[in-house]
Amino acid sequence: MRLIITTAITALFSLAAQAETPVDFQNRFATQAQQENPAFTGFSVERGKQWYASTHGREWSCASCHSSNPAAPGQHATTGKVIGPLAPAANPERFTRADKVEKWFKRNCNDVLGRPCTAQEKGDVLSYLLTIR
Amino acid sequence: MRASSLFQAYSRTLLITTFILTISNAHADTRIRTPKHAVWQQECSACHIAYPPQLLSAPSWRAIMNGLDQHFGTDARIDQQAHADILRFLEKNAGSGELSTSAKPPLRITETRWFIHEHSEELPADIWTRPEIKSPANCMACHSGADRGDYSEAGLRLPQNLNIEED
Repeated sequence: MRLIITTAITALFSLAAQAETPVDFQNRFATQAQQENPAFTGFSVERGKQWYASTHGREWSCASCHSSNPAAPGQHATTGKVIGPLAPAANPERFTRADKVEKWFKRNCNDVLGRPCTAQEKGDVLSYLLTIR
Repeated sequence: MRASSLFQAYSRTLLITTFILTISNAHADTRIRTPKHAVWQQECSACHIAYPPQLLSAPSWRAIMNGLDQHFGTDARIDQQAHADILRFLEKNAGSGELSTSAKPPLRITETRWFIHEHSEELPADIWTRPEIKSPANCMACHSGADRGDYSEAGLRLPQNLNIEED
């Protein structure tokens, strides 16, 4: 029994470290959004698009560093460093690693919104990014 | 044991001396050699180039690493293991405290004597506010090899319309 549990945990961990696809993240955000809000009805590309461009009453938006065109390279708002495109169609590395996705949403949501993003917000913006070709 | 600490002290003195000699010459063919360190390279080069550890002292790096939640206006938190690993690397390869212009350890490389000396003489006053440069943190705007530690004049690519008078 213990062996089975250990194997299962190990498998889970190695799964987490494996490369995933943007759609896997979209599905995960949908599950989380449902948990956060039982009235969740799905993601909206239009809402994600507006949310991406909005400064939310503060200084920065997603577009401040990731460019108003997510298929194009961005430039860090403070340092000027070139940042690779955010849209998965233009940059296949995006939304393929759970640790990176978690790290950057945590930091960037805090910079832009001053709070963590909801699963609804993450899912909306990812849905928008997936429409960019 | 004693021989190895002696060797360490000797290497450190040599390193610091070499560094001071290098940076005291304004027109030196400046290349900063940093040992390879994958975690430092990855984590510290996301928003800016991974600045060479030699450019700040160990107390400066400690202060910076202790304030990553508010890192020059952004949240730059990293996981605990990477944090410890990077801090060890920075402390091991840090520069001399004499680089500082004030009693408090500087948090910005631009506040060190070396940086001020290297950038004060020939540059126009508005240089850092030009849109193509944006910030003195953007080494790559002019030093095209900065991400490889190459700050040599050969690697200098000045933006258009920027003329610097040579002495």
